[in-house]
Amino acid sequence: MTIAADKTNRIGLTRDDYRGAHTTLCAGCGHNSITNHIVKALHDSAVEPHLLAKMSGIGCSSKATAYFVDRAHGFNGAHGRMPSLATGAKLANRELVVVGVSGDGDTASIGLGQYCHMIRRNLDITYVVEDNGVYGLTKGQLSATADLGSTLRKGRANDYPQIDICAVAIDLGASFVARSFSGDGKQLVPLLRAALAHRGTALLDVVSPCVTFNDHAGSTKSYAYVKDHDAPVNTPDFIAFQPEITVDYDPGTVQDVALHDGSHILLRKLDGDHDVRDPVAALRALHEARRSGEILTGLLYADPEIDDLCTRERLPDRPLAHLGIDALRPSREQWAALMAALV
Amino acid sequence: MADGNVNDLCIQAATVNGSGSQSSNLVITKALFHMGIPVAAKNVFPSNIEGLPTWYDIRITPRGYQCRKRSVDILIGMNPATFADDAGNVRPGGAVIHEAALPRVGAAGREDVAWYPVPFARLARERIDAKPDLRKYLQNMIYVGVLAELIGLDPAAVERGVHDQFRTKPAAAELNLEAIRLGVEYAREHLVKTDPFRVEAMDGTAGRILLDGNRAAALGALMAGCTVLAWYPITPSSSLCEALIEHAQRFRVDPETGERRFAAVQAEDELAAIGMVLGATWAGARAMTATSGPGISLMAELTGLGYYAELPAVVVDVQRAGPSTGLPTRTMQGDVAFVHALSHGDTRHPVLLPGTVTEVYEDTRRAFDLADRLQTPVFVLSDLDLGMNLWMTPPLPYADEGIDRGKVLDAEALERTRDWGRYRDVDGDGIPYRTLPGTPHPRAGFLTRGSGHDENAFYSESPRAYRDTMERLRRKIDGARMLLPAPQVEEAGRPGLVVAYGTTHHAVIEARDRLGEAGAAVDYMRVRGLPLHPLVAEVIERHERVYVVEQNRDGQMEAILRQELPGTLCDRLRGVRHFNGVPIDAEAIIEPVLAGEAAARRPPARSAVA
Repeated sequence: MTIAADKTNRIGLTRDDYRGAHTTLCAGCGHNSITNHIVKALHDSAVEPHLLAKMSGIGCSSKATAYFVDRAHGFNGAHGRMPSLATGAKLANRELVVVGVSGDGDTASIGLGQYCHMIRRNLDITYVVEDNGVYGLTKGQLSATADLGSTLRKGRANDYPQIDICAVAIDLGASFVARSFSGDGKQLVPLLRAALAHRGTALLDVVSPCVTFNDHAGSTKSYAYVKDHDAPVNTPDFIAFQPEITVDYDPGTVQDVALHDGSHILLRKLDGDHDVRDPVAALRALHEARRSGEILTGLLYADPEIDDLCTRERLPDRPLAHLGIDALRPSREQWAALMAALV
Repeated sequence: MADGNVNDLCIQAATVNGSGSQSSNLVITKALFHMGIPVAAKNVFPSNIEGLPTWYDIRITPRGYQCRKRSVDILIGMNPATFADDAGNVRPGGAVIHEAALPRVGAAGREDVAWYPVPFARLARERIDAKPDLRKYLQNMIYVGVLAELIGLDPAAVERGVHDQFRTKPAAAELNLEAIRLGVEYAREHLVKTDPFRVEAMDGTAGRILLDGNRAAALGALMAGCTVLAWYPITPSSSLCEALIEHAQRFRVDPETGERRFAAVQAEDELAAIGMVLGATWAGARAMTATSGPGISLMAELTGLGYYAELPAVVVDVQRAGPSTGLPTRTMQGDVAFVHALSHGDTRHPVLLPGTVTEVYEDTRRAFDLADRLQTPVFVLSDLDLGMNLWMTPPLPYADEGIDRGKVLDAEALERTRDWGRYRDVDGDGIPYRTLPGTPHPRAGFLTRGSGHDENAFYSESPRAYRDTMERLRRKIDGARMLLPAPQVEEAGRPGLVVAYGTTHHAVIEARDRLGEAGAAVDYMRVRGLPLHPLVAEVIERHERVYVVEQNRDGQMEAILRQELPGTLCDRLRGVRHFNGVPIDAEAIIEPVLAGEAAARRPPARSAVA
C-alpha cells in the first residue's frame, strides 16, 4: 500500500476534506477531541460529504457541527429540537447520512421529549451527545446528566438524581446504545463508524469534560474522574463491508454483530460475558456501574434488526424530495371521480 | 300558506352527542341537496365523546345563504337536558318535533309554536328489530322520517341521502331506511300539520358538491405535491390531516411494491411537528402541518427559526375559540394578529385568509408555491366553521399549472455560478438562493442556523450584518403583498364600506342584501391576505365609514389596519365584533351598520349656543 493510498479513503478524499471551521470552544474542551474523532470516522467510513447532514441543537456541543466537514450541509437548529429537524430531513431525503451532535442539556432536559420519540421511531441517525454534565454557554449550571452529589466549580452540590440517557434509550427500545469518553479515540472511532453503518438511531453518549466549568475534584465528569472510573464493557473493532478489512481478533473473546449495510462490528469483551443483544443485561450493567461509581463504556446494546423510520413508513428508495409533481398529483380522471363522489 | 315559508327555514336538531344523530342530520342535509335546494349546515358540538348536548342547524334559503341564522323555525328536540332552552329559541309560529316523553315545562310549554310529540324511544323499542345499542342510533333516524313527512322531503332524495351516508354498508342503509319509513308512517297516522314550513324541489344545487374545508385544504396540499405531513392531533384540524393521509393512501401508494410517495408522522407535540416540517423543507421536500390555536402557541419558537433561517413551511391554522384551551369545538378568528407576527424578535409571516371551500383549497395549494418562492413559513388561516362544516361548493378544479419551487441552485447551476452566498440578495427582492442537502457539488454545503449569520451563512454578531439581514427580511416579506391574493372588492360609490375576511364573508353576503333592502346599502371589501395588499388602503380611502367585521373580541384585523394605514384613514374604522363561539350571523352585522349609517344621515345636532 502506498503512502498516498493511506491518506485517501475509498472515495479518494483525504482527512482534510472532512475538516470544518476552526473551533471556537475552549482550549482542551473534550468536544474538540470528539470533533477530531468524528472527522476520522467519517473519513475512514468514506461518507460522501455532500450526502452528510450535520444536525445540532443549541449549546457548546451543538456548535461542533461547524467544526467538521464544511462541504456538507448542516443545521444548527433550536435548543432541544434537533431530533424533529433531523426526522424531517431524513424523511425528505433518505439518502442523507444524518449525524446529530447534541449536549446533555439539549438532550436530557429541554429536548428529552424529542429524544425519546426519535428513539421510539428509530430514526436513522448517528446521535452523539457530548456529555459534560454542565451548561457551558450559560456559564456553569448543572444539567440533568450530572450525578447526584457531584458539585459545581463553586461548590454547590447536585440535589437531584441524574437521567442516564443510555438507560432511557435502552428502555425505549433503542437499536444502538453506546457510551464512550472524549479522550478515548481508540474506542470512540470504531463506535462512531459502527453507528454510521447502523440503520436506525445510534446513540453515542460521550462523556466530555468541560475544562472551564466541570473539570474539578467534585465533578464525576472530569478528566481525572473518568480516567479512574472508566469500566469498558468491550472494545469494539469496526469492519466496514467495503472495502473488506481483516482485523486481528481472538474468536473466543469477540462478539460479532452484523449491521444492516452488511458491515460488522466486533466487540472485544473485557468483562467476559456482556451480551449486547440483551437489554436487561445492559440495564443491569449500567445500574451496577452507577452503584460502584463507575462509568461503563463501550457498546451497551444493539439490535440491527429493528426497522428504521423510513423503512417502516415504506418510503421509496428515491428521496421524496426528488419526486416530480407528476408523480405526486392524482390523474385528471382520478380527480374527476373523487369530485363526483362528493355529495 | 305563505310562499315565504317554502324553502326558507332553519331546522335545528338538538341531540345528545355520541347518539348517532350526526348520521341523521347528514341524511337530511343531503336529501335537501339532492332536491336541488341550497343548504347550509352548521354543527355546534361539544368537546366530548358522549353525553353532552349538540346542535345541528340546517338552513335553507332560496338565495343559498351559507351563514347561520339566529332563530330556529323547526326544532327537533331530543335532548332532555336542553329541551326547555332549545324550545325557547324557536321563533313564534315555528314548530317543535320532540320526544313525546320530554316534559313540556318552561319554554317547552309555550303555545305560539306547533308541537309534534313522537314516542321515538318506544317506536324504536317496539318496532325496530336490532340490538339495543344499534336501536339507540336508529331512534334518531326516525326523526328524519317525521321531518320528511312534515316538510315534504322527496322520499327518493332521502333514500339517496341514506345511500350517500352508508355507501359501503348496504345492510346498514336498509336498517336506516326502515327507521325512516317508521317515522314517515307515524307522522302520517298521528300528526296533523299546523306549521307553514315546507320544501319544494328546485334547481339550486346543480354543479355543486358538498365538502368541508378541511378536506378541501388537504386536497390542496395533495395537489401541491406535499410529501411530508407532521402533525399533532387537535380539534378542529385533525380531520384535515386525516383527510390528507386518506388521499395519500389512495393516490400515492405504488400498487405493486406498496411504497408510499408520502410520509405522515404523528408527532409528539406541535413543537416537533413544525420541527419536522422545517427539517423536511430544508432537505428539499414540500412539507406541512395543520393545527389550531394551542398548537400555534407551541409553534411560535420554530416559526421564528423558519423565518430567520429562511425555510419554507406551510401551516394551516384551523382556528378555534381561545384563549388557552378555550372552546375547542367552537369557532373564532382569534389567531390573526398572533400568527402574522408569530415568534420573538421582529418577525412577520405571510398569511392567507380563505373564506370559502374553494379558497381554502386554492390557498393551501398556493401556500406551497409562496413558501418556496419566499423561503419562509406561510400560514393559511381557516377556522372551525370552514374546516369542519359541510359547504355547498363547485367541484374543486384540477391544477393544470406546474409548481414554483423558488430559487434553488442545483449542481449544474452552482457550476455556472462563480461565487455563491446563501443569504445574498442577488435579485434585489430580498430573496436569496438556496441549495439543498445532497447536492453533489463541493460548494453546495453551508450551515443553516437560527443564530446570527452573515450573507455567506457564517456565524456573525456584526451589528451591520444583523441589521442588513433584518432589513432584507422585511423587504422580502413586503414583497409578498403583491404575491398574495388581492382583496375582493364590490364597490358602487357608497359612503359605507364593510371590511371582512375569512368565513365572516357568508354573513356579510346576507347582511348586505338586507341592508340594501333597508335602504342602507354598503360597499364591501374582503381582505385575502397579510401583509396587506396596496389596494386595501386605496379602497378604504374612497369610503367615509369603514366597518371592520371580525369574529374576535379585540379587533385584530382592525389593529393591523390601524398599524398600516395612514393616520387620517384610521379615524374611519369602526369595529364590528362577534365572539360567542358560534359562527357569525347577518344580524350581528346589520344592527351596528344600520345604526352607523342612520347616524351619518341625521343632520348634526345644533349646538346650544348657535
